[in-house]
Amino acid sequence: MSTPPADTGIALAATLRAERGRCLATLAHHLGDIDLAEDALAEATTRALERWPVDGVPHRPGAWLTTVARRHAIDVLRRRARGRAVDEALAHAGPATSDPPDEQVVEPVDDDQLRLLFTCCHPALSRAAQVALTLRLLAGLDTGLVAEAFLVAEPTMAQRISRAKRKVREAHIPLRVPEEHELPDRLAAVLRVVYLTYNAEGAELRVEAIRLARLLRALMPDESEVTGLLALLLLTEARWPARRDDAGRLVLLRDQDRSRWDPALVAEGHDLVRACLRRDRPGPYQVQAAINAVHTDAPRFEDTDWPQVVALYDQLLAMAPSPVVALNRAVAIGELAGARAALALVDDLDLGGYQPFHASRADLLRRIGHTTRHARSTDALPTSRGTQPCATTSSRLLSGWGPRRARRPHTWGSRRTRRSPGVPAPARSHATAADGSGSTGPSWRRSRPRRRPCGS
Amino acid sequence: MPQYLLAVHAGGPPPDHDPDAAPPPSPEAMQAMMQPILDLEEQLVAEGAWLFSGRLSDPGSATVVRDDDGDTLLTDGPYVESKEHLAGFYVIEADDLDDALAWAGRVTACVGSPIEVRPLVATGRARDHMPA
Repeated sequence: MSTPPADTGIALAATLRAERGRCLATLAHHLGDIDLAEDALAEATTRALERWPVDGVPHRPGAWLTTVARRHAIDVLRRRARGRAVDEALAHAGPATSDPPDEQVVEPVDDDQLRLLFTCCHPALSRAAQVALTLRLLAGLDTGLVAEAFLVAEPTMAQRISRAKRKVREAHIPLRVPEEHELPDRLAAVLRVVYLTYNAEGAELRVEAIRLARLLRALMPDESEVTGLLALLLLTEARWPARRDDAGRLVLLRDQDRSRWDPALVAEGHDLVRACLRRDRPGPYQVQAAINAVHTDAPRFEDTDWPQVVALYDQLLAMAPSPVVALNRAVAIGELAGARAALALVDDLDLGGYQPFHASRADLLRRIGHTTRHARSTDALPTSRGTQPCATTSSRLLSGWGPRRARRPHTWGSRRTRRSPGVPAPARSHATAADGSGSTGPSWRRSRPRRRPCGS
Repeated sequence: MPQYLLAVHAGGPPPDHDPDAAPPPSPEAMQAMMQPILDLEEQLVAEGAWLFSGRLSDPGSATVVRDDDGDTLLTDGPYVESKEHLAGFYVIEADDLDDALAWAGRVTACVGSPIEVRPLVATGRARDHMPA
């Protein structure tokens, strides 16, 4: 049965997109050589375009590609060997044909992708090189697309990828999953690459980042930060449809149309956050995911459990301090304790070049302006933007606290969440936040996030 | 098996440093300073990783030789005039980069200077690497 060439092209393109990473990873593992694996896969692709129109698209196209590629690679190695001793594996390989006999079929394997991923994210490579290599080899993304996503020229990105591959080859960066004792740092690099991919420009990269995060979760289910990262990406992706208005402008969280959030992704994200809570091995991605979970748990902005959000930001700031985290925390404090408290914190930050800093600051200033106008005017009505005096807002929060707390799924640790002593009164909240005391909010069983090796 | 150069880079003495002026450290002090390096080198040898190593003289004792259109030019001093200079090196054999980096980590902990780990792409005589 023959398939017309156009259908073959579509089937092949679909197969490659779906299986390239796995095929390449398995080949690289078998051959111990990424460049040879890539060349061999390219050759197998050409072969497929010749054979599939004649023989039909194979039942397992990924396996077909991997097997044919491996045969080609072995031929190449044989030709290179010349007078040198040929190794055992080559001796058993048998002659190359275009139709792989069943007993020598090589199935692409998911686990091999983990090996390739850790290699691409080796610490001897710069972060930019790690990202470029991961997206080229594991995602099979077009160089032009990756270049655009990271705002560099295509030749620059191509050179970055080529240099990284050369370094892997010449410095003999090994193709293996790191030992347990190396795993915490090595995994952190992998998660960072996936996170950076998600935050790059372009929908294809978000899709790819989520795919990689899902793959990681499937292959390393015991690593809480892996689960946390997937949860974070899913919960962020869930809110994506509401991010921009019809004119294409960014919409603030408080103004987002929550009916546009994806409920399936929200539900999945919440499940994953609960799984992280049960493990009680907190880390930065898990805490960020939890913050997102609290936000997506609220039917309306006004229903947001701000004490919980602030408590989680306190945790995050302790684990992974940065001015951006401090900014986001200040914004949350603004919801809890009023715009003045938040503005005092925001003004202390040095984030001149960061657009959201200015947007937040402007928003806080405007709210203070509103409050002042409201106080002066005799017939002003409170708007839905929370211009009521803080005491009223807080007592509304407090009254909703009892039953909500019982339901709240996001409590970490075996003890009940200890709330900040100063929450109702803005001034005391501010003081609590400013001294950054660890007595607020969810308590972890261990005071520092513990990095446990995979499988323990 | 892959081979790597572990180049020990030193910060260098102050410009007015006179190597003859400072009193040499006592034998006991020398021994104490050197012991970790001696132990590390024992291990390198025992594990078959050590190929060659050496400590270089101060950069002030270097001479650069250059060809200028048939004339040989000599310059007094190191190739690059800077605070940092090459102080010594190890040539080792290792399974892969991780293995080489592990050794380098121990060298840097002993000598207190940064180590550049650079793979050798070819060893031995150039004629053995010419295309057939």
